[in-house]
This record gives sequence, structure tokens and C-alpha cells, in this order.
Amino acid sequence: MILTQEALKLPQINYVALSPMLILFGAATVGVLVEAFAGRGRRYPVQLGLSLVSLVAALVMVVRVAHTRELTAGGAVAVDGPALFLEGTLAVLGIVALLLVAERSLEPGGPFVAVAAVTAGTEADRVQAQRRDAGTEVYPLLLFALGGMMLFVSANDLLTMFVALEVFSLPLYLMCGLARRRRLLSQEAALKYFLLGAFASAFFLFGIAMIYGYAGQINFAAIHEAIQSSTNDRILLYLGLALLAIGLLFKAAAVPFHVWTPDVYQGAPTPVTAFMAACTKVAAFGALLRVIYVAFERTAWDLRLVIGGIAVLTMVVGSVLAVTQTDIKRLLAYSSIANAGYLLVGVLAVGGNGNHDGLASSMFYLVAYGFSVVAAFGVVTLVRDADGEATHLSRWAGLGRRSPLYAGLFTFLLLAFAGIPLTSGFTSKFAVFGAALASGQAWLVVLGAITSVILAFPYLRVVVLVWLSEPGENTPTVSIPGALTSAALAIGALATLLLGIAPQPLLDLSSRAAEFVR
Amino acid sequence: MTWVLVAVLAVPAVGAVFRSRAVAAGAAAIAFLLSVALATGRSDGGLTGPIRPWHQLDVSWVPGLNLRFHLGVDGISYPLVVLTTLLTLLCCVYLLWTDGDGTLAALLLVIEVGIVGVFLALDLVLFFVFFEIVLLPMYAVIAGWGGAGRRPAARKFVLYTLFGSVLLLVGVFVVVSRAGTADLVVLSAQHMLPADTQLAAFILLSIAFAVKSPLWPLHTWLPDAHTEAPTVGSVILAGVLLKMGTYGLLRVAVGVLPDGARRVAPVLGVLAVTAILVGGLVCLAQTELKRLIAYSSVGHMGFVLLGIATLTATGFEAALIGNVAHGIITGLLFFLAGAIKDRTHTGDLSELGGLRETAPYLSGILGYAAIASLGLPGLAGFWGEAFAVIAALRRGGPLWTVLAVLAALGGALAAAYFLRLLYRVTHGAARPAVVGIGEPVPGELVAWAPLVVLALAVGLVPALVLGVAQTAVQVMAP
Repeated sequence: MILTQEALKLPQINYVALSPMLILFGAATVGVLVEAFAGRGRRYPVQLGLSLVSLVAALVMVVRVAHTRELTAGGAVAVDGPALFLEGTLAVLGIVALLLVAERSLEPGGPFVAVAAVTAGTEADRVQAQRRDAGTEVYPLLLFALGGMMLFVSANDLLTMFVALEVFSLPLYLMCGLARRRRLLSQEAALKYFLLGAFASAFFLFGIAMIYGYAGQINFAAIHEAIQSSTNDRILLYLGLALLAIGLLFKAAAVPFHVWTPDVYQGAPTPVTAFMAACTKVAAFGALLRVIYVAFERTAWDLRLVIGGIAVLTMVVGSVLAVTQTDIKRLLAYSSIANAGYLLVGVLAVGGNGNHDGLASSMFYLVAYGFSVVAAFGVVTLVRDADGEATHLSRWAGLGRRSPLYAGLFTFLLLAFAGIPLTSGFTSKFAVFGAALASGQAWLVVLGAITSVILAFPYLRVVVLVWLSEPGENTPTVSIPGALTSAALAIGALATLLLGIAPQPLLDLSSRAAEFVR
Repeated sequence: MTWVLVAVLAVPAVGAVFRSRAVAAGAAAIAFLLSVALATGRSDGGLTGPIRPWHQLDVSWVPGLNLRFHLGVDGISYPLVVLTTLLTLLCCVYLLWTDGDGTLAALLLVIEVGIVGVFLALDLVLFFVFFEIVLLPMYAVIAGWGGAGRRPAARKFVLYTLFGSVLLLVGVFVVVSRAGTADLVVLSAQHMLPADTQLAAFILLSIAFAVKSPLWPLHTWLPDAHTEAPTVGSVILAGVLLKMGTYGLLRVAVGVLPDGARRVAPVLGVLAVTAILVGGLVCLAQTELKRLIAYSSVGHMGFVLLGIATLTATGFEAALIGNVAHGIITGLLFFLAGAIKDRTHTGDLSELGGLRETAPYLSGILGYAAIASLGLPGLAGFWGEAFAVIAALRRGGPLWTVLAVLAALGGALAAAYFLRLLYRVTHGAARPAVVGIGEPVPGELVAWAPLVVLALAVGLVPALVLGVAQTAVQVMAP
């Protein structure tokens, strides 16, 4: 009897340290119950309030446990500097994205429908697209996704990581299909994302199996040990690592696993795109950093060339294809791909001999880019005509004359993407490239600098189009944003400016946080 | 005095916010007075390195990126700072009198902040930040207020400059990460980089600065940008923006990387003399007024670069006074070209004949500026070119002697094409385009007069520039 009890002894769980994600999962579950039991009219305020409060609460808890450095839940979850930093980042970016998601003044009833899977073009779909009192399902989905992302960046074994991957991916697939306008495009995006994402997950899972075959363990620390001591065939290790990397790089939108990005970014409802561009990047790179530098640090040298090659490909393909885009959302999607390349440069800069600049600058980059990209997509939601958002670039001609304020804001954000000094884009690129150069990756820095010039062109083209072209009859108006979108834009733009002129506090914070526990 | 360093940047920055011509002129005037005042209370502060700022301000900004807000002014930067504030002031006054645009004036102030910042920065990263700030407002000035072909011209300008910025950025990265500091005072005092790193970094930086200067064969953006830019844009572009390149080459590339400089200097010298000759020959064949002046800039900047390439104190002095003289004279020439084009709506030399008949004062000033530009002794243009040739001769050896001779020939070419310009434009019977055009209005005269006076003053008393710069140049020359 005593024996059985010992065998069933549950692992110690530090609930306080895990509270940020627990709060979000709890709130998401409550959100589902709200959908089931609250009246239609009351759901929107309740859901919005619940999501906002839970995100703020999660953020508060992150701050309160900020000094925790431990493994908990039987070593399945790491609560360390990078995990907490990224959890905080996810909470803040989640709040900003939530403000865009919750905006209802631009479109009666908000930009979402209730059911993603109704066949597009049918009567039922038309009916649901015209309902004004539905579409609150997106809030619990958002919370589940954020909770999953938080778990993803702090998972300390491969199986937990896989579970987290699925927990945040499934809501995202669904959210992509919820657009009220252009239903077919939205569903196509959701299906594409789902299918490719399912493949990526399968690769990831297969990779776990390979690694398990090699190390006999799925725990990161154990894998780290096994790489030195195991006598098994290394082929298993490399194959497993490659398959894992495919799964992670898919989420990070690195070339050649990027093909879903433009279609999904274009088809998904813009607030969801903003959420994905900011938060999915954080989650994917958080997990990538942890996998590489906690579990596979001893093979990092073998990896360097491969990941370096992928980084170069990502930067080049992202920036070159961005030049040819004619749709603003696709343009931002390719820019997001190129930014994944710059982040990979930062990932590679995480060197041995106690140099944490690469990790710190990558985390800084994730925050800076997240704020700018949420605000940029926020502006995209404002440029509308009778059919919804006008995303074709030709329609943006002369927007500066129609509404100088938002055109100016968008220009500022594009300058940040282009890495012009006094914006967060410059600081973050400088930090990442500086760290990469310090760890001897000069060739990546050179290519990074060249591609950022190429990438400056599409941005500049948009700026020229917006300011120097005559507004045509086709130029849509810019809707007056409601309080929520205004707040999101203000936060995003202010952060972009502040991180450009006074980045030191966040740089300090990220470099203090930049140490994994194993 | 350190507050003046900040104020000279802050005043135009604040003035730009209002987007009003009157405010811009006021801010530019205050900035000019402040910049002149920088010369008071000079002392080398007991420093012994090659850079001994009279005043400096050193505040930590972003230690994580090695970025310090480190400003300082010395004999090399002071004349350029004053030139910048003066030309910006004159441009703002010009806009005030003519039907200028408040936004255009505001952009000029932003450009001023960037350029003055480049001249004042004593931190390499800060230098880069200011270098970049100039790019977009200048692009906007050309693309927003330029002539018919402004879009392609502006695009070309951006393309070249961004290309230069990338090389500059990589060069800055190399220097800062290898040396572990971005402080220009420290970097120029202790050359801690190994020779190969110096060579690589020098090549990167000198190409970056050569794009800006511009040095042949990276100059092709310049004529287009000048031809299409509005008058004030051309004045700022030629007057001071190009100086960022030569100043950067002198202070950053040569100052921080002397070993690299020694190894590349002959190449720079050859390119500089090629620029002088090519600029002169192209000018002889030019038929468009602003293009001609733009190409003459290529030649003049060739002399400046030749001076720097000799790596001697005489050469540096030549570069410095050449920079200032070119800023004054070419600024004036572009003002005049703008005035003529505004009146006649053409820049074609063959259609401008007989200007002397219909607007004798205007053509008189044009003649004065052209003669100053061709390097007549007694006017400002003479010293820079003469000293550059002398510096190359003194450097000795067959290569430098040949370069000196060719550069002197290039100086003669300048005389030829400017006299051809005057012959075409001012002499002969009045062509239809110049009939009935007005003489300079008071606003224009106010904007031009300081330049006319300075061209003579610097020509007669070169010590105006060289006096303040002498110590700085002497300690800098290797």
C-alpha cells in the first residue's frame, strides 16, 4: 500500500509560478461557459471584460514571480528568465491585439462570425455574416491560444512542448476562418494553415520520436546529457533535430517553410493577423531558442551552418518577394518573413562562453517587432470602403491627403520596419546584428544589412504612394477608429518610438532575463 | 557652453514641428547664432589625442548598444557646422520671401539637425544615427517639391544613399565590435585595431562616404538629384550634405583607421583625380544649367578628396577650406540657377543667351559666382584647389606628382567650362526666354548677399577658416 503511494507520488507543482498560463486557461474555460449560458446581448461585454482582466492578471502574476528560476511540474515546465520575459511579452502583446479584436465600431457586430465551417456562399453563411450579435467565440479562442503560447515558451520537455503547440495552433486555425467579410478567402486561409500546420505538427512529433530513440528521454536536460554520453547512432539525433526544427520553423515562418504565411495573413481577419504576426512569432522563437540552447547546445555548432543558411534564405526571399507585392497585408506578411530571418540571426548569435547578448537581443527584437506589427495591422483595419478593408496597394494612393494622421502613423511604423534610427526597428536590428557580429557571424550581418536595404524599398514605395500620389476616386476613406483601436494604435506607436529613443530599460530587462535554467 | 551643443540641435528640431516658414526662419536664425557662439571659450581641455574638442557633452544614452550622446566641436567641425546653419538660414529666408511651403521649411530644419549632428557627433553610433536622419527628409524634399522628373531622381538618390548606409553600418559594426568602444576621441587616439581589420573597415567606410561625397564612379545620383531638386534642396544638397561624406572620410575613416587609410590612399587619390577630370570634361559638354553646376561639384569634391588622400596636414587643410568654399560658392550658384530657372522656366544654356542684356545684376552675380568657382585667386575657390595640388606635389613620388599635374589640368578645365557657361548664358543677343525677366528681388538679395561677401572674405583671408582649424588639423595629420 505504502509502495503504491510512493509510486504514485505526484510531482511538485509551483502553482504560483505557473499562474500566468493557468489564469488564461481558466479564463478561457469560463469564456466557453459564457458562450453556453449567457444571453447573446451580454456576451460581448462579459467576454471582453473577462479576457482583458485575465490578461492583466496574468501580466501581474508574471511580474510578481519575475525572480523565479526553477523547473516545476516534474521538470516539464521551466520558469526561468526567458520564459517569464516572453510570457510577459505575450500578455502585453495579447492585450494590444485583443483591443483590435474587440473593436466593433468599424463594422457593426465586429469583424468576426460565430461559425467558421459553414460553407461559404450558402444561405446559412449569409445569415451569419449579417448577424450583429454573434462572433464572441473568438475571445476564448484567443485566450486558449495565448495560454498555449505561454506554455510553449516555457515547456522543458518535448512532449509538453508538443501539447502546447497543439493548444495554441488549433484556436489559431479556427480564428483564421472567422472573418465576417470575404468568407471564402478566410476559410481558404484557415484550411491552408490547418493542413500545413498539421503536417508541421506531424514532423515535430516524428522528430520527438527520433530524439527519444536516440536519448531515451524527452526532457531537455536529459537530452543535453545524452548528447555527450549516449552511444546511439547520431543519425537519429540529427534526423530528429531536423524534423523538430521543421515544426518550429514552420510556426516562425522561415523559408522554405513560409509558403502559408502570405495567404493566411491575407485571408485571416486583420486583427487575427496582427495577433499571429506578433504573438506566434514570440512563441515560435521562444521555443526555438529554448530547444536549441537548452537541449541541443552541444550540437549547436553543427546546426549553425544549416540555420545560418535558412536565415539567409529567409531574409533574401522575404525581402525580395516583398518588393513585388501589391496587397498591403501580403506585403506585411513577406516583411514578417524577412523579420523571421533577422530573428534567426539573433538566434545564431547565442554563443557559448556565457555570451547572452544574442538571446537578450532576440527577445528585445520580439517585443519591438510585436508592438510595431500590431499597430501596423491596426492601421490596415481602418482603411475601408463599402466592401470592408481596402488592402490593395493601388487603393492606398493619396491616403496622406485624406487622413494625414493615420497615414503619418503608418509611415512611422514602416520606417520602424525599415530600421531607420530613432525607431524601435533600428534599435532591435542594431542589437541583433551587433550580437551576431560579436559572436563571429559577420557574413550573416552583411547579408542582413543588404536585405534590409532591399526591404526598405517596398516600404518606401508605400510611403510614396500614400503621400505623393493624387487620391483617386477609388481611394477609400479612413474610418474613425473606436476607443479600442485608438488605444491599440497609440500603445503600438508609442512603444515603437520609446524603444527607439530610450530602449535601455528594456535592453537591461532582457539581458537580465537572458539565462535558461536546465 | 555644453548647452549650446544641445541647443544648436534642439532649436531646429523644435522649430520643425510648427511647419511654418516664419518659425523655421526664426529657428534657423537662432541656430545660426548659437553655432557661431560655439567658438567662444575655446580650450583643448588638456586633451592630447587627435581630437581635442573645445566643448563636449558626453551622456550615456543606450549603453547596451554602445551608444552615447557624445557631442563635441573642434576646429575641423566648427566651420562646417557654421556653414550648415548659415545655408539653412539663408534657405529659410529665401522661402520666406518667395512663395515657399511651411512643410518644406520644416524638412530643411530636420535636415539641418541631421547634418549638424553628423558634424558634432563624437560617438560612432551616434554619427551613424545622424547620418541616417538626413536621408528621408532629403528624399521628401526632392520627391515632393522637385521638377518634372523628381520621382526617378529621388529614387536614385535613396538607392545610392541606402547602399552607402549599409556599408557604413557594417563598417561601424566592425569597428565598434572589434574595438569595444564607439567613442571617436578614444578610437582616434589609440589605434587598437589590427591592420587587416583596419583595411576592411576603411574600405567599407570609404565607399560609404564616397557615395555621399560623391566620388567618381559613385556620383551618378548627384546630377539627377540636383537637376530635379527645388532650389533650396539643391543648395543644401551641394552646400552641406555632400560635406557629410568628406567630413566622415576625414574624421572617421582616416581618423580611426590610419593604417587602412595609408594602404588605400593611392586608390583614393587616383579616383579623386579621375573625378576632377571626368567632372570637368562632362561639364564642357553640358547644356543644362543645374546639371552643369552639379557636375562641377563632382570636380570640386574631387579636389577635396585628393587633399584628404594625401594624408598630410596641408592636404587636410585644403580639404577643409575646399569644403567650406564649395559650400559657399556652389550654394550661391544653385540659388542663382534656381532664380534663373524660376524666371525663364528653362535651364537650357542655348535658350538663356543674352541674360546680361535683360537682367544685368543677375548675370553679374552669376559671373562673380562662376569666377569664384573656377578658382580665381582672391576668391574662396582658389585655396582648396591650390593647396590640394601642392599637398599632392609635396607628397612626392611619381604617382602623386602625376596626380598633382592632372589635378592642375582639371583646374584649368574648370576655367574653360565656367567661361563657356558665362559666354553661353550672359553674352550675345537676348533670347526669347530671357526677355522681360525681373532682376533679383530683395528676398533673394538678402539670401545671396552673405554668400557673395563670404566668397570674397574667405578668398582674401583664408585664415577665417584655417585659423580655427589649424591646431585640429596639425594634431590630426599622421
